[in-house]
Amino acid sequence: MAKPRLAVFKFASCDGCQLSVLDCEDELLAVAGAVDIADFREATSSVLEGPYDLTLVEGSVTTPEDLHRIQEIRAQSKMLVTIGACATAGGIQALRNFGDVAEFQKAVYAHPEYIKTLATSTPIRDHVTVDFELRGCPINKFQLLEVITAALAHRAPNVPTESVCIECKRRGNVCVVVAHGTPCLGPVTQAGCGAICPSFHRGCYGCFGPQDTPNTDSLTKNLERHGMSPLEVQRVFRTFNSMAPAFRAAGTAAVAEGAKT
Amino acid sequence: MTERTIAVNYLARVEGEGALRVRIHDSKVEECELKIFEPPRFFEAFLRGRSYREAPDITARICGICPVAYQMSSCNAMEQALGISITGAVRELRRLLYCGEWIESHALHIYLLHAPDFLGYPDAIQLAKDHPEAVQQGLALKKVGNALMTLLGGREIHPINVRIGGFYRCPSREELEGIRPDLVRALALAEETVRFAAGLTFPKIEEDYEFVSFRHPDEYPMNEGEIVSNRGLRIPVTKYEEEFEEVHVPHSNALHSVRRGGGSYLVGPLARYALNHDKLPARARAIAREVGLEPVVTNPYRSILVRGVETVFACEEAIRIIDAYRPPPEASAPPPAKLGPSVGAGASEAPRGLLYHRYRLDSGGLIEEAKIVAPTSQNQKRIEDDLRSLVTRSLELDEAALTNMCERSIRNHDPCISCATHFLHLELVRD
Repeated sequence: MAKPRLAVFKFASCDGCQLSVLDCEDELLAVAGAVDIADFREATSSVLEGPYDLTLVEGSVTTPEDLHRIQEIRAQSKMLVTIGACATAGGIQALRNFGDVAEFQKAVYAHPEYIKTLATSTPIRDHVTVDFELRGCPINKFQLLEVITAALAHRAPNVPTESVCIECKRRGNVCVVVAHGTPCLGPVTQAGCGAICPSFHRGCYGCFGPQDTPNTDSLTKNLERHGMSPLEVQRVFRTFNSMAPAFRAAGTAAVAEGAKT
Repeated sequence: MTERTIAVNYLARVEGEGALRVRIHDSKVEECELKIFEPPRFFEAFLRGRSYREAPDITARICGICPVAYQMSSCNAMEQALGISITGAVRELRRLLYCGEWIESHALHIYLLHAPDFLGYPDAIQLAKDHPEAVQQGLALKKVGNALMTLLGGREIHPINVRIGGFYRCPSREELEGIRPDLVRALALAEETVRFAAGLTFPKIEEDYEFVSFRHPDEYPMNEGEIVSNRGLRIPVTKYEEEFEEVHVPHSNALHSVRRGGGSYLVGPLARYALNHDKLPARARAIAREVGLEPVVTNPYRSILVRGVETVFACEEAIRIIDAYRPPPEASAPPPAKLGPSVGAGASEAPRGLLYHRYRLDSGGLIEEAKIVAPTSQNQKRIEDDLRSLVTRSLELDEAALTNMCERSIRNHDPCISCATHFLHLELVRD
């Protein structure tokens, strides 16, 4: 029987999420043995034509060419999984969506006319049907292995959508908010990283985007009680997952609320 | 008059997306452009209005392969702006974190990206079918680098523990001692890596490079030093922009960096090694001698050996730091008592070479202006010069062989197009 065909494609991103595949040092050769790697340019010069059984997409859509490319990739893919905050929520480069991209081009490049770019950075789901979205900036490589394994076994991946708080408690951490008054996005952020920041005495900064039932209004008040200004609250929601609907709304509300008080 | 065209749509085994166009007219290379069409992400624009404290985490996202480099250079620049100096155990821990990134990034490049070129494989997975020990050795080495970054930084990609002034939490001695046996093993693996690389066959090519890197009086450079070159340049980081300028060319979404009034230059392992060979510790120097590696390497294909020697150094240095470690009294310097308008420049040695940051802050500590010069933007013009020289002397090769040589020539410098911006599409036109 032919092995399932795996493809990995990149859009606007830092390459970190696809690097997570190569960071599975103990599992890489086993994964590579279970599939035919059809297209993965960061790792191989060998390219096979589609269709693909499992396609991993890293990065957000930011150029006119990419609008077409994502459609072609979707048409060739039985199952399409986005990996990481860029592909799932626009990524850090989506901060352009709150600014003026023409002015951004002038600020960075001497000849903005050489640059072809869209005014927005958008997640993959805004353009095509996505079968599963794996969160994180970057993704957790063990969750990635779970997604690949599940796809090969034709079952749903086991990726919890609970909050970082649950992970933090399981890890036995002392709550940084309660014990130290450190502002923390843990209550509204999806688990998956392993509650790393609180383990290092730092507040969560939201790499995995909103958990499934985030109470951002309540958290905003809590962040302000712990000394953050409305603009600081807005910035913390507008970082790596600013296009995730709950964080997007919370970022806007933070300053609107602040203006009232 | 003949016209020949070679096209590769997407350069593989580099980080990011780029293309190349070479035009040959009457056996003369008329045009040689490394096109970078990685979509621009505008970091320098959206950093404006963000707090100085956010720069390490935001700029880390420029590159998933070398996030520590971005964290270090941004901290160095911000700390210069704010008058914070980093000394003692915190300084050593930053160096230790950087050792993790050097080990991880160099092992990735040596085994997964570069070695397949020398042995005639499309990738390390195919390579592993015939040479399983070599690839497993590479993965084991890479894993120790990642483990060190995870121990100090919380995770290997976009570590979370770096802040302006130091760290959120410093490890205990016991935690560091726990990873020491892995580093001892990694040191041996790194030495084997150099021996493995020494057994490869190298094209006989020497280039005349202007090498640029940090140089420090007491150590092989990472976070601190003067910027020097083999052509007499010697400046503090704060004078960087007086000596180097960025030029925007039509074929690239990355800015080219050149010496003002001069030409291309090279940053990265070849440059660091040539300018700091005398600062390597004993084992790194011994392995270089054992495999007959000269103190200045000008054959870019032999950069795989230099990366190997630097990996030996990074393992050796990590062990030294762990053995001398006493936790600092505070994980981080206190935040500045008073913020005011200020400017700070800082750099560090990313695995791929010197990474420069400069920030201007307003009276509230918000970024008003940011400038970031990635190693690959500095090397881009030099990579084009390498290609020009290669194509000029290899005109007799057929298209497939020439294309292959061009791609290899680019990979010699481990370009990170994500950093420089990104996409390699190779197109060769002969007319």
